[in-house]
Amino acid sequence: MSFVNNNVRTVPTGLSKVLFFNWPLALLLTAVASTGFLMLYSVSGGDIERWAEPQIIRFCMGMGVMIFMAFVPISFWREISGIAYIVGIALLLAVPYIGETRGGAQRWIDLGFMTLQPSELMKIGVVMALAFYYDWLDERRISHPVWVLIPIILIIFPAVLVLGQPDLGTALLIIAGGAIIMFIAGVHWLYFAAAILSVSLLVTGVFASKGTEYQLLKDYQYKRIETFIDPSSDPLGSGYHITQSKIALGSGGLTGRGFMQGTQQRLNFLPEKHTDFIFTTLGEEFGFVGGIVLLGLYGLILLFCYVSAFSNRDRFGAIVTIGVGTTFFFYFAVNMSMVMGLAPVVGVPLPLVSYGGSAMMVLLIAFGLVQSAHVHRPR
Amino acid sequence: MRRPQKPGRLRQLLTRRAIVLAGMQAGVIGALGWQMRRIAVEQNQSFRLLAEENRVNIRLIPPVRGLVFDRLGKPLAYNEPTYKIEIVREQAGDPEAVLRRLATIVPITDEDIAQALEEMSNRRGFVAVPVIKDLDWEHIAAVSANAPALPGISAELGHYRIYPQADDFAHIMGFVGPVSDYDLSQRDDDDPLLLIPRFQIGKNGIERQIEKPLRGKAGVKRIEVNAIGRVMRVLGREESQAGSNVQLTIDHRLQKFAQERLGENSAAAVVMDVRNGDLLAMASAPSFDPNKFVRGISVADFKDLNENIYKPMLNKAVTGTYPPGSTFKMVTALAALKGGFMKTNEKVRCKGYTELYDRRFHCWRRGGHGNMDLHNSLKQSCDVYYYEVAQKVGIENISAMAKELGLGVPHSLELPAVREGLAPTKAWKKARKGEDWVIGDTLNASIGQGFVLSSPMQLAVMAARLGSGTKISPRLVNAIDNRPQPVRGREPLDIEPEHIKAVQKAMFAVVNERGGTAGGSAIRKKGWEMAGKTGTSQVRFITKEERARGVIRNEDLPWERRDHALFVAYAPADNPRFSISVVVEHGGGGSKAAAPIARDIMREALELGADNGYRALPTDVRAGKPILGDKA
Repeated sequence: MSFVNNNVRTVPTGLSKVLFFNWPLALLLTAVASTGFLMLYSVSGGDIERWAEPQIIRFCMGMGVMIFMAFVPISFWREISGIAYIVGIALLLAVPYIGETRGGAQRWIDLGFMTLQPSELMKIGVVMALAFYYDWLDERRISHPVWVLIPIILIIFPAVLVLGQPDLGTALLIIAGGAIIMFIAGVHWLYFAAAILSVSLLVTGVFASKGTEYQLLKDYQYKRIETFIDPSSDPLGSGYHITQSKIALGSGGLTGRGFMQGTQQRLNFLPEKHTDFIFTTLGEEFGFVGGIVLLGLYGLILLFCYVSAFSNRDRFGAIVTIGVGTTFFFYFAVNMSMVMGLAPVVGVPLPLVSYGGSAMMVLLIAFGLVQSAHVHRPR
Repeated sequence: MRRPQKPGRLRQLLTRRAIVLAGMQAGVIGALGWQMRRIAVEQNQSFRLLAEENRVNIRLIPPVRGLVFDRLGKPLAYNEPTYKIEIVREQAGDPEAVLRRLATIVPITDEDIAQALEEMSNRRGFVAVPVIKDLDWEHIAAVSANAPALPGISAELGHYRIYPQADDFAHIMGFVGPVSDYDLSQRDDDDPLLLIPRFQIGKNGIERQIEKPLRGKAGVKRIEVNAIGRVMRVLGREESQAGSNVQLTIDHRLQKFAQERLGENSAAAVVMDVRNGDLLAMASAPSFDPNKFVRGISVADFKDLNENIYKPMLNKAVTGTYPPGSTFKMVTALAALKGGFMKTNEKVRCKGYTELYDRRFHCWRRGGHGNMDLHNSLKQSCDVYYYEVAQKVGIENISAMAKELGLGVPHSLELPAVREGLAPTKAWKKARKGEDWVIGDTLNASIGQGFVLSSPMQLAVMAARLGSGTKISPRLVNAIDNRPQPVRGREPLDIEPEHIKAVQKAMFAVVNERGGTAGGSAIRKKGWEMAGKTGTSQVRFITKEERARGVIRNEDLPWERRDHALFVAYAPADNPRFSISVVVEHGGGGSKAAAPIARDIMREALELGADNGYRALPTDVRAGKPILGDKA
């Protein structure tokens, strides 16, 4: 037995765990974050203290948290999944009372050393809770209506709370992330087909009823939805952002205008240039090549998550890994679609690149789970 | 709780589903890359252009307006540097404290400070807000010396248009003023300079009429701005081109003399060189100070000018049109001679009136002149002679002769509202009034009454043509940037020289012979004698009853119903050099009110005559340089 325990095929223990880290993944995360430091340095006009330095410090702290989490056995994380979920819900419930209001939405809780967005944390909470649920659930019950309803409630409840902040973007992302986990866990595809069909019918119905006497929503609500979907219908609001953002991306060309040579960002035509719209600066200064490299790095991170998950026989670990990867995917896909005018403007940061502690910390915590699952995977 | 049964199946399912998911995600990543390529590579050109448009703003550098000189090189309009003080809020720190400190060295009131503070609160922090304008150099120097104590305060250089000859050239020069929406709608001018707020353009006179050469060309400053319009840096600069310098034909000394001689009358006087058409003086009284308009005229002053019945704003020399009265008789006489309707020695009997279809046309002398020939009819200004002659000549011939002599035709002068006057014809009356021409109209026209109208400038042209025998045309601008403007009309008149001689002889008699209507206004100096003609044009209808009672004397009428007094002349009579016309609105008789003025001005012209050649403009006098030591 001891021979078997010391075999490479067994789970490592102690400091030797370091050797079994998913180092390529950590390296990729650092590479993406470094791109972020570079861009933050550029958009601040060469002022490292403004955004780049705090971001570097937070990244190092986050990496520390990730490594710490990787040392903790995945079984521990599984056991506290329920607690994480409940804490997340509690924080969401607490937001209206202790939260800060910024830009008309109440989303932040000030922890003293950093501000936390419980809705970000909830994305991980939902992933963990659902992974735990499907790890626990008997295979035969996976597609049973009652056992399908439970995870739906687990998803909808926090989503509704987030929607009330109001943060439609994050609410939709929580629902999408949850649905993806139900999908990979093996819930019968007919449920998904039915869900997609009914949502389509509902949307069609809502819009078809517009202007008739059975109109389901008020006029201003339609207007709001239309602006959300098509920003160019509001050229001075979000339409302005998209236009300026596309100008920045487009003027970069194949190889960009050079580091710190972008005029769009430097002259403040770009809104939120250091947060949600930082990708446009990358596009402007490093062009198509720079954008593709970052997209490639994101793709590789996703790929390593899948590789890790496929080699993991622990169901909880595999589901968490894919869930975190997918959450990550939603971040960058939605952000990039937004800045390139393919999606409505929602407040989703470019993961690990946009300035901001909350999202970065949550992501590195999530990757801590992925690392833990990787290190402690049964082989 | 965990059920490890058939773990393989579940894992397989998970792997399968995950692969489907990964495939979809890969698809999305591909789509993102594709869109990135579309924007960054395919549409690069157009987006780069948009970025450039975002970034680069073009600011115009206003040019300095061209200078205007008289024929002797005396400045009539130049630009004086003026300073205004501006404050930038975000540089000032505490703007109110800075303004209070500024108030100790520069005369600004609490109101100015309050106004500046209010304006600042409405603008972005980096916008320069004017505090005070029209500061002199001493104050600016004091501000500069105290610059460290006055953060955010800066002095901005501008130019003011100055008209050193003030009232004397008000009507000729006109004035500049800030461009208005009305100006923009009136002018077919797409010069971007006009879009600069408060850009100064010519509003009247020469300033208005040769606006474009005087204005110059805008310079361009390409600046980089950020999203809120703050200037980041200057990318390039192309200097503006100052406007052209303009030299007029006017002699400022004669102009000043004429203007003063007209005095308080509502009158106009025009002096012209008969050899080349140069307008040497073009006075219109009363006048005004154009400088007041440049600096922003007060409401009270403007009201005074506008409501004055003497109409000081009007350039009567070219815009005022008057019935020429007896000064028109040369036209009728020449038309008669030309058509052979009358010989110079043929006599007409004047018994004080001509009767025509029960209507009486009166001569100014109630008792009549007796037998009149052409010479005496002009000398004594007999009306009946012309009534009789006109019936034979007909209006068409009279009108044609008037036009030959420069009446009722347009003359191109670089002034606004140059009136054409009127040499009426039958067709004109039909078209304009819808009535047929009647013989009475011809009779009225023959003595310069009725429909006939002409401006003082046209009368001076007529006198010049009679004196020189050429079709000389008036000329106001001698040169633009030392490029001489052409002399027009050197060709002889289409009139027999002996006919002109006869008229000239009569005009000499009017002034210099006993019994001539302008006998009191002769220049009694050998070789300087004038040849001229008086005119008194009625502005009211004298009824039969009034004739019976006795015509009311001018002095007993309200001003606006009195006769216009006119006089035209050229001199010296034997070698014509200058022509003159004087019109005194409602001045009474031409011989009393107009001829003496004309004599004095003509005398001055002859005295200055030896010294009124052109002085070339010094080439180093460029627009904008203050001309020191030679002002007014």
